[in-house]
Amino acid sequence: MDFNEEQLLRYSRHIILPEVGGKGQSRIQKARVFMVGAGGLGSPVGYYLSAAGIGTLGIVDNDRVEISNLQRQIAHSMNTLGKYKGDSAKATFEALNPDVRVIPIKERLSKDNILDLIHDYDIVVDGSDNFPTRYLVNDACVLTGKPLVSGAILRFEGQVTTIVPGKGHCYRCLFEEPPPPGLVPSCQEAGVLGALPGVIGGLQALEVLKLVLGKGEPLAGKLLIFDALKTTFRTVRVPRNPNCPVCGSNPTITELQDYSQDVCSL
Amino acid sequence: MAVTIRIPTPLQRVTQGKEVVEGTPGTVINLVNELDKAYPGLAERISENGKIRRFVNIYVNEEDIRFLDAENTGVKDGDEVSIVPAIAGG
Repeated sequence: MDFNEEQLLRYSRHIILPEVGGKGQSRIQKARVFMVGAGGLGSPVGYYLSAAGIGTLGIVDNDRVEISNLQRQIAHSMNTLGKYKGDSAKATFEALNPDVRVIPIKERLSKDNILDLIHDYDIVVDGSDNFPTRYLVNDACVLTGKPLVSGAILRFEGQVTTIVPGKGHCYRCLFEEPPPPGLVPSCQEAGVLGALPGVIGGLQALEVLKLVLGKGEPLAGKLLIFDALKTTFRTVRVPRNPNCPVCGSNPTITELQDYSQDVCSL
Repeated sequence: MAVTIRIPTPLQRVTQGKEVVEGTPGTVINLVNELDKAYPGLAERISENGKIRRFVNIYVNEEDIRFLDAENTGVKDGDEVSIVPAIAGG
């Protein structure tokens, strides 16, 4: 891919890195990334991927911007209160970098639409706010062989893992089943420190760029746990579970299922 | 020296805000039950009928006990045990 003069300047700090170069920047510009959620995590993920020059950014989110989001969801602002988060994020990201094609999708992900929605994308990033969506996204990525960069936050704790189908664990190898409603609180119930998604979303964006560039070691087979109060990162090993219901040797989940849990009760 | 147990933030309400507590060597499930005496409610949140719940992982020094001896995995002096529940905020 050829770069115009403005792009050469815009991406000069990338191009100068031997691990990226013009070739790597071209890969970034051709990459198509599907983001689940444009909230606390989706904001920094989309912001940094846009800055990096990711070619296409699909964003599925059917929520609208509320003032309680603005303590952490930096893609939105007072100017976009009440707007769909996908539209609000598109305006923010395209203001930063008009090279990026942002496609807002104002739907709720379900077993009936997810395969069509992710079909044209290379990598999926999960920044959703509920368990049913996380399991659905994992299963869809395993079944279609798409890499998934998963991040989650609550209170002062964050988790990041990268799932590369066929090369290690999946989310169900890590946590086999979603918790029953009520046992794990949501951010709405338990709170979340505003800068925490910046750390975790930034790590997710890095994982995506590494996957696109084919450089470094993604968090495959590992779970990174961040403790914001202590400012410590810990990594634990996540082996592939041979009995995993979706990616194991004899899978029992061979088609998608929706969990009927009410999101608000989680 | 004792066994160090790292408590995740969602469970720190049960441990009076403590993020690290200490226990005595033995097995993981004995450790959980011992902790429940000091911090009532802890065992119920992470286990059910003596089994660790499926959305909670326990690591002994970075290794997931499901791939060791599960609830009967041994813990000795100096080991670090981490309780890591699934979280879903975004």
